[in-house]
Amino acid sequence: MKPAPFRYVAALSLEQALALKAEIGDEARFLAGGQSLVPTMNFRLTQPTMLIDINPLDELAGIRNGSDTLRIGALTRYRSLERDPMTAVKLPLIAEALPVIAHPQIRNRGTIGGNLAHADPASEMPAIVLTLGGRLHAQSVRGERWIEARDFFVGALTTALEPDEMLTEIELPVAAADSGACFLELSRRRGDFAIIGVACMVRLDAQGECIEARIGLCNAGDGPVYADESSGSLVGKKLGEGEIAEAAALVQSAIDPGGSIHASKDYQRHIAGVLTARALTTANKRARREH
Amino acid sequence: MNIDRHEIKVTVNGTPYRRSVESRLLLSDFLRHDLLLAGTHVGCEHGVCGACTVIVDGAAVRSCLMFAAQTDGRSITTVEGLAPDQEHLHPLQESMRDCHGLQCGYCTPGILMTMKAFLEETPDPDEAQIREALSGNLCRCTGYQHIVEAMQLAAQRLRGSST
Repeated sequence: MKPAPFRYVAALSLEQALALKAEIGDEARFLAGGQSLVPTMNFRLTQPTMLIDINPLDELAGIRNGSDTLRIGALTRYRSLERDPMTAVKLPLIAEALPVIAHPQIRNRGTIGGNLAHADPASEMPAIVLTLGGRLHAQSVRGERWIEARDFFVGALTTALEPDEMLTEIELPVAAADSGACFLELSRRRGDFAIIGVACMVRLDAQGECIEARIGLCNAGDGPVYADESSGSLVGKKLGEGEIAEAAALVQSAIDPGGSIHASKDYQRHIAGVLTARALTTANKRARREH
Repeated sequence: MNIDRHEIKVTVNGTPYRRSVESRLLLSDFLRHDLLLAGTHVGCEHGVCGACTVIVDGAAVRSCLMFAAQTDGRSITTVEGLAPDQEHLHPLQESMRDCHGLQCGYCTPGILMTMKAFLEETPDPDEAQIREALSGNLCRCTGYQHIVEAMQLAAQRLRGSST
């Protein structure tokens, strides 16, 4: 229950942190909030030989406004997102999910970049970033690149990041005026990992017909799941009970949840359908209010 | 592997300390073993139970999920820093006693530190907000009802003392 020995380096600059990571590779880990990494180290499931503490790198934290996107520094803590009034306006899906992501003390330290790079399939934020169609910015001594969310999450605890790369920034589209979003999850206790979580966003035209729908889930497979077919099934339709029930059924057949001692696969699949229908109904209502 | 050590300067409950710490030393163990401030309790050591909660630069955090080496230059408050002097308790502590908010007391230091930070930010919380703030602290004795009542009383007392 104590971490194995490692070398600790408090980063002095991004360049130094990237150079160290390039030199040591997989054996070195970046330490951001540490709220997922340190527990695994305490269990000795993870035994890095070096921790590169990026907490001193203030330039990695903060939110920057684009015209129709927001860029969130990887080191931005969940508490800052929660306190920022802009989050509810521009990223309502994230604002709704934040209170159920772990607990206040965890959100005081936990960062969006650390959460995404950890890529836990049960975690909310990967599913939300995937649902919103975000992009992730990676830097290394070799250069920098943007990775689409759908390419970033490769599998359980696995991302497209190379051993020398750091996730430095997340770009998310700002909620459109004609959109409504909803995040719902079921967990055994508040703050626990979700048994199933559903994120959805719909956009409606002036007649109330759906022009875009996006549905994503957490803890429904090896990684965050984007429900492509279900999302597509709603476009061009008014979202009545029948359309929503059909989309929920498509989600149920598309996912492959792992099951656990607390929730069987069948139960998870059932809940995914229930939550999808509820979330779509709410998102649809919220989108209509804008007209 | 040579032991990797770091010199840190940290202020705990207003007292400055200078120590050499091994990289892997958790903040919780640093407080308990190096500074002999054993009021911070260690429950699960993986961020679930909340017993080790302390306040670092104003924010309540799990001390089992930070390394002591990370606290260089920081200011920490532990449960030992709550009471104003040897004779008096902090209103949070008084309220916990008055409302029977503890039985075995193992979770209490973490709850006190969580709620100290919470009540500073939210001086007039409703019951739902208190329960949400408490959600990251496990108590296996009380069923939480008395803790919630204690926090309502503490909030009232703290508001009274600040006006």
